[in-house]
Amino acid sequence: MTGTPIPPPGQVIAHSEGQHASHNLTGFIIFLCSESVIFLAFFSGYAVLRLAALDWLPAGVDGLEWRMPLINTVVLVSSSMTMVAAEHFKGKEKIWLFRAFWLLTMAMGAYFLYGQAVEWSGLKFGFTSGTFGGTFYLLTGFHGLHVATGILLMGLMLVKSFIPGNYSGGEEGVKATSLFWHFVDVIWIILFVLLYVWRA
Amino acid sequence: MTSTIPLPQSEPEQSWTRYFGFNTDAKVIGIQYIVVAFFFFLIGGFLAMIIRGELITPAADLVDRTVYNGLYTMHGTIMLFLFIFPILNGLNNLLIPTMIGAPDMAFPRLNAVAFWLVPIFGSLLIASFFVPGGPAYAGWWSYPPVSIQNPLGNLISGQGLWLVAVALSGVSSIMGAVNFVTTILRMRAPGMGFFRMPVFCWTALAAQTLQLIGLPALTGGAVMLLLDLTAGTSFYRPEGGGDPVLYQHFFWFYSHPAVYVIILPVFGIFSELFPVYSRKPLFGYVYVSLASFIIVGLGLVVWVHHFFPSGVPEWMRNLFMFTTMLIAVPTGVKVFAWLGTIWRGKLQLTTPMLFCLGGLINFVFAGITGIMLATVPIDIHVNNTYFVVGHFHYVIYGAAVMGIFAAIYHWFPKFTGRMPYEGLGKLHFLLTFVGANLNFLPMHPLGLMGMPRRVSSYDPEFAFWNVLASLGAFLLGVSIIPFLLNMISSWARGPRATHNPWNAIGLEWLLPSPPPEDNFGEHVPTVISRPYGYGLGEPLVEHQAEIEQALILQEAT
Repeated sequence: MTGTPIPPPGQVIAHSEGQHASHNLTGFIIFLCSESVIFLAFFSGYAVLRLAALDWLPAGVDGLEWRMPLINTVVLVSSSMTMVAAEHFKGKEKIWLFRAFWLLTMAMGAYFLYGQAVEWSGLKFGFTSGTFGGTFYLLTGFHGLHVATGILLMGLMLVKSFIPGNYSGGEEGVKATSLFWHFVDVIWIILFVLLYVWRA
Repeated sequence: MTSTIPLPQSEPEQSWTRYFGFNTDAKVIGIQYIVVAFFFFLIGGFLAMIIRGELITPAADLVDRTVYNGLYTMHGTIMLFLFIFPILNGLNNLLIPTMIGAPDMAFPRLNAVAFWLVPIFGSLLIASFFVPGGPAYAGWWSYPPVSIQNPLGNLISGQGLWLVAVALSGVSSIMGAVNFVTTILRMRAPGMGFFRMPVFCWTALAAQTLQLIGLPALTGGAVMLLLDLTAGTSFYRPEGGGDPVLYQHFFWFYSHPAVYVIILPVFGIFSELFPVYSRKPLFGYVYVSLASFIIVGLGLVVWVHHFFPSGVPEWMRNLFMFTTMLIAVPTGVKVFAWLGTIWRGKLQLTTPMLFCLGGLINFVFAGITGIMLATVPIDIHVNNTYFVVGHFHYVIYGAAVMGIFAAIYHWFPKFTGRMPYEGLGKLHFLLTFVGANLNFLPMHPLGLMGMPRRVSSYDPEFAFWNVLASLGAFLLGVSIIPFLLNMISSWARGPRATHNPWNAIGLEWLLPSPPPEDNFGEHVPTVISRPYGYGLGEPLVEHQAEIEQALILQEAT
């Protein structure tokens, strides 16, 4: 039996901040896994409704225009790369380059939302146009909400980077935000395939 | 030598007002959860009394038919979302940190927010009794098309409030689940590998994993239901190309695993308590622990058995019948492990042990009717009859609630510092066991005879069994009185509890009763053996003898 030395009474080992921070990241990853199931539910609901539908497209609608969303897809996927670049520069402690790429990622996310809004405003069907309209707005809307959340999180991290001493070590918030952004990105790729690539 | 042992010190008595505020201590939150859940248990139980009062005669003479629809809907919803889940989260809060030697949960503030959501959505749900049109009336599973009717056209309807409350309950549960899983994964005492973890923690981990996987599906389904109800979409409206059965998939993808979220921690309680009161190690510890995760895996692929008659294709029926039956295997492993544990043990028939034994008997009965229900031909015959209601209540009241009572009696001294009274406890057990069986057993013959559930009037040929069931229900109502008396009087002036009144083995029993706010603080003992070493003479932790001696000395002064 190997005995660990008993610390003398009164000696208090301070909780290290790093210990708590790693809990945060664990908790966030667990949350993301759980969040992905909501999308899974929506995807499977969409697939079930679409496969069972006799007339999937409402009258007067002959499919979705895919060019604009494709540009959007390219922008969003690239924004994951600029985010990786930002994290790379943070690792090298080039904090201004980190901020620049981080801001670029935010701008690309914002452009995506803008593109989404333009697409929505030009559509000939609404939320109540059968299951086609309902699932389209539900999927893109719920995803858009996540993009907006991601941009907010990035903004928060950007502000935090100006607080002295905050980013000297590993910053868990940046890691969590970046994980979230990649997650939103992957979800969009699946969504793009389901909504625009899948032809009847 | 005891002076060198760093010991958690009992703190001066803290004000009881801390239970009424935003407190981040897991032990305070645990008791808050349990008390609030019990309050809603009384409301849900009161509704059950009205239901059984209505059913004591064949005619619909006590309440209006639409009121009756609201009663059973709210009874089910309150009991599940406001009683069982919160009370289990309460036990998780009390037991997980103390059992693994953590000072608190991983995210104390998130923990407090998750708790305070419960009274909020609880009040919202209760408030729906007072909106025009009354509360939700589509049953606790809220199937469309009934649940997407809004005849009065008001924006705030009973059904709408129901959906918001269930959504908030989901948010609270997810917050709790993230917290519990992180705590168990990252904050265990030194030396406590996974296979030295108490089974309650294994089952809590398994149950919370199910919450994380299943609950988002229900949330997704409920969002679509809410949109159908309020925004005019047609996800579940056949006239708009939607599919009402799709909702049944979403609902049961979560709500079947939800039954395991409830029963798994109760398996954990059985696995903790049988060794203590049999004075023997838990039989097959590793298999019992792993069986929880096999149940998680299988529990996620059985949901379709809830709606075999809803136009489900043949292959799906067969597949889900098979998986449902398969789940009896890991469950059977546990049942036999408990039997192996009490076999030739030195049984101590204390109140918690009686509740465990009674709960086990009821659970085995529920398991047998469960296998019957899994069989497609039988299920189609008894679907939507009292047979299903009887089976379900055997699991939930007969096994889960009895297990929860066992846990409350067993850990009451640890967290209040007072002993509960045995006499009142045994009376409570007797009334509960007899009442539950008298209430729920007659539902099986009723179901086989073809009495449908959710109707307030019935053919006079069903009267005999219904009278018995109602008497059982009133007995259950009475059984709460000795429990309440016991809890209130023993907490106020019961005999002082020592740190380990049951001679149990576990980290929580190496803490003073009640434990200090940060449990072991910085002096977490190193775990050196498996749990449940009853009769083996092995210490659980390093320096165990010194720690215990110091606790005894502290109690003497």
